Amino acid sequence: MSLLALALPWPFDREYMQLALGVGLVVGACAPLVGAFLVDRHLSLLGDGIGHLAFAGVAAGLLLSISPLWTALAVAVVGAVLVEWLRTRGKASGDLALALFFYGGIAAGAVLASRAATNGITVNILPYLFGSILTVTGTDLVFVSAIGAVILLTVFVAHRAWFAIGLDEESARVMGLPVALLNALLATLTAVTIVAATRIVGVLLVAALMVLPVAAARLVARSQTRTLAFASAVGIVSVVLGLGAARIWGLAPGGTIVLVSALVFAVTSVVTGRTPAVPHGHH
Amino acid sequence: MSFDYDAVPALRDVSLSLAPSEFVALVGPNGSGKSTLLRLLLGLLRPRQGRVEMFGGPPTALRDRSRLGYVPQRSHLAPELPATVREVVAGGRLSTGRWWRRTGPADRAAVDHALTAAALTDLAVRPITELSGGQQQRALIARALVSDPELLILDEPIAGVDAESQRLFRNSLVHLVAEHRTAILLVSHELGAVADDLDRVIVLKQRVLFDGPPPDLAARGVSLGVHAEDLPLWLEDLR
Repeated sequence: MSLLALALPWPFDREYMQLALGVGLVVGACAPLVGAFLVDRHLSLLGDGIGHLAFAGVAAGLLLSISPLWTALAVAVVGAVLVEWLRTRGKASGDLALALFFYGGIAAGAVLASRAATNGITVNILPYLFGSILTVTGTDLVFVSAIGAVILLTVFVAHRAWFAIGLDEESARVMGLPVALLNALLATLTAVTIVAATRIVGVLLVAALMVLPVAAARLVARSQTRTLAFASAVGIVSVVLGLGAARIWGLAPGGTIVLVSALVFAVTSVVTGRTPAVPHGHH
Repeated sequence: MSFDYDAVPALRDVSLSLAPSEFVALVGPNGSGKSTLLRLLLGLLRPRQGRVEMFGGPPTALRDRSRLGYVPQRSHLAPELPATVREVVAGGRLSTGRWWRRTGPADRAAVDHALTAAALTDLAVRPITELSGGQQQRALIARALVSDPELLILDEPIAGVDAESQRLFRNSLVHLVAEHRTAILLVSHELGAVADDLDRVIVLKQRVLFDGPPPDLAARGVSLGVHAEDLPLWLEDLR
């Protein structure tokens, strides 16, 4: 995509790096915005569970010779709404519902991918599992940018209501907020975010980019608005430094980006002398 | 109305009503059904028998939720949530409907007014987690007041709160009743701070054991200043 052959400095001088950077910036900015509301609800691992489901969707796409991102999106959205339904209806405890999706998703992905290989389809699942800057295309950038716009718009519209639910769900119900609908919307947006980040971070590590920047932001931010802004900034910095390091040292980009955000959290914790607050008495 | 949890009775033949600008306290020992009654009034539970009406209809059918203010127990709050007092109070405006709309000048003015009424203006930009228990409780009261409700329901609002906060809390409630004609239902073990301001006291223990003005309760030898642990003892006297 020559459109992106910009005059950026090394290590972002090559077109494939610029495509990866474009996708990475959208993901780095948006993933923590969604993750902040998951952390508020003590659902930090929800993204991980949905990521495993997205892997099953990727494998289904490979088997059916459909774009894996679209099948991943479909499976992740349906799974996200289902896991939220299981959790809130008390059909399964939060961690049990997540465990079902963790194992079911990765098992289905492995079976479907092996089936695709048996059918003679060339299967390379590693880029989907851990991300790959070499596989990002111009179409991916358009796809992810569109998803990023949807995420930003949804967060802008729903953040006050999500925050009220995170603060006290019972009061939110008394205030007349459609709690079930808003929770389903958040779960769906989580699924969409995960699929958007699949190319760059991989389904197994994407949830970290939704949670670690938020954990770092919470150490310094003194308001909800600033937590969102700081978390987004940490996400962007992690992507830029992580992608650069991955290019320089030939590392897996997903792992490197996540390690950078973990490092940002650790440094912030040491500098501020604070650790994440432990919830107590909350239900 | 009556209510039970899997055949375990929680409330039996409870009948009560609140009039505009009435200041009513609901007391009873642990397990007396106070929380269940509260959840029925708020529309979070439905009665097994009988009915609950709020402003002329079932609570679940109440369209204008700003008419109802609710102050939960402070322990319901997520203690690690990063938010300023102002952000928490502004959340109360969501009850005015249309959660998706942006906040406007009327919302900001209402938040300013509620912060002033709860004596929290100077603490508006402080993270709520840095406030004392009493100040946090006042923030939750301000959040309930920000929609200018006609009925305010408070669940154990002054448990573990310092004397100064109790005084400010009492002044806020008296102001609401006098100036805004707000009806108040206060669920609490500690009524000492508002004992002189109450119109009625309802004593609950699965059934309504007493419903009347504080002097009538006092005439039975029951003090409103009693501590939580004493309640079951003095409730025995009402039988």
